[in-house]
Amino acid sequence: MLARRSVIRTLRQPAMVIPSLLFPLILLSINAGGLDSATRIPGFPADSYLEFALAIPFVQGALFSASSAGTNVANDIETGFLNRLALTPLRRVALLLGQLAGIIALGLIQALTFVIVGVIVGAGIVTGPAGALVIVVLALLVSLAFGCIGAFVALRTGSSEAVQGVFPLLFAAFFLSSVSLPRNLIDTDWFRTVATYNPVSYMIEGIRSLIITGWDGEALALGFACAGGVSLVAIVAAASALRTRMVRT
Amino acid sequence: MSDAAIEAIDLVREFKKGPRAVDGIDLRVEPGEVYGFLGPNGAGKSTTVHMLTTLLPPTSGTARVAGHDIVRDGAGVRAAIGAALQEAALDPFLSGREHMKLQTALHGIHGAEAARRSTELLERVGLGEAADRRVGGYSGGMKRRLDLALALVHEPRILFLDEPTTGLDVQSRSALWDEVQRLASESGVTVFLTTQYLEEADVLADRIGIIDHGTIVTEGAPEALKAEIGRPSVELIPADREDLGRAREVLARFGEPANSSPKALAVRLSGGEAQLAEVVRALDAENVSLEHLQLHAPTLNDVFLAKTGRPLEGAEQEPEPEGDTESVAA
Repeated sequence: MLARRSVIRTLRQPAMVIPSLLFPLILLSINAGGLDSATRIPGFPADSYLEFALAIPFVQGALFSASSAGTNVANDIETGFLNRLALTPLRRVALLLGQLAGIIALGLIQALTFVIVGVIVGAGIVTGPAGALVIVVLALLVSLAFGCIGAFVALRTGSSEAVQGVFPLLFAAFFLSSVSLPRNLIDTDWFRTVATYNPVSYMIEGIRSLIITGWDGEALALGFACAGGVSLVAIVAAASALRTRMVRT
Repeated sequence: MSDAAIEAIDLVREFKKGPRAVDGIDLRVEPGEVYGFLGPNGAGKSTTVHMLTTLLPPTSGTARVAGHDIVRDGAGVRAAIGAALQEAALDPFLSGREHMKLQTALHGIHGAEAARRSTELLERVGLGEAADRRVGGYSGGMKRRLDLALALVHEPRILFLDEPTTGLDVQSRSALWDEVQRLASESGVTVFLTTQYLEEADVLADRIGIIDHGTIVTEGAPEALKAEIGRPSVELIPADREDLGRAREVLARFGEPANSSPKALAVRLSGGEAQLAEVVRALDAENVSLEHLQLHAPTLNDVFLAKTGRPLEGAEQEPEPEGDTESVAA
């Protein structure tokens, strides 16, 4: 029931859904047009920068999930809706899972849109339809990871401003990764080091491998492990923040 | 222990920064009673409600609601109560009916029974036609009425209303009052109501507790409180200003002079309201004709003034940290 509300609520806010689809696609078109010469760098893994960059929107869209999930949760705290829920026999964990349903719904819309747009503009997915399916699943997990971070910040601070404040940080984490170039082609040492330790790199590389490389077990394992790991840590943190927030006796 | 609907003994709530929001409150509300908790902003009303509804653990003291201890048996309390807390917490993106659906489901009521209750309650609070519109477009009064309907889905025996009409226009306010009165009289629901409006407490409550700086300064039935404070006063303006002196002499026979507007005279009637007729006859006998005559019954504001030394209306205190759970956690 709460899941339903979370989904309805997300979908009824076009201002949340549309930018999360549009901005990643705009960035993709700019990159694909402007950075195509990067494919001439020796060792660049793809012939078309579009195919290389197609993985980016899936993760960038997930950043919007963080923002929208966080904002939704923070609104619930600010309006007192959380108090309303706290007065029902509802269990805390159910509340948290319910809130996450909206993220999953948004993530699904994003992932399907990006796959379809990718195919329409001529980016081939070498692993075919099965690969596309795995991409969607991995993208959902990435959305969940970022969404949980947003929910955690909201529950910890109770403020939608704080959620908005975290967004640039997540954005920095997003760009300090192998988002624009493969890690082995990043020339600046510190950047390469940061990108190597940044879980976002592996989320992107997992999705990217399915588009340009083929079935790469290691990349997929790392991608799923990073997205799953971040999700797990963020869910535990969010659950703990919720316990503090909902102190009902 | 007892069969009171709500009973609190020496309830205290401290916040990390700031004074005691609630400083040793004793309460006893009988089943079926409408209890008005009256006080200015920041007096500790909402903090008390949050404790009684289990949303905030007390720093010390005990309380039982519907026979359940608010600390040891929070779930028992929550099952027995309904609450409409300040600032109707609604989701602007859902319709009224969707709210009802969510609320019934959260209380474990499903299917046809849930639909029946939702429709019935929405009709009852006058939202039948607006039920399928999104709450974002509701007026303040409609939101409060939906909030009330939501608080009633599981047929609670005790209802907590935290400032149910703050910010509403006169019409919406009286519509809500009617509904609360009907609930108390027809369904026998115990109502614990906080308000900063004298009139609201006066109209609705069987008994009033006046709270100031976290303590209850006085308690009783509105009429009894007013009677205890003072006698009614009469204010008049003679038609002819020449008569002012004579009128003053006449009034002096009936009691102590009271405050009045500059060109008027007033007296506190030592023998109560019944003396009004005598006052008029005495003035008539002295050939004093009147431009204006008014009987002032003592109000709850007079009660508040007498107990706290300042008028309730316009009295503002430090805002209490509503539901500040951050400080609880630490």
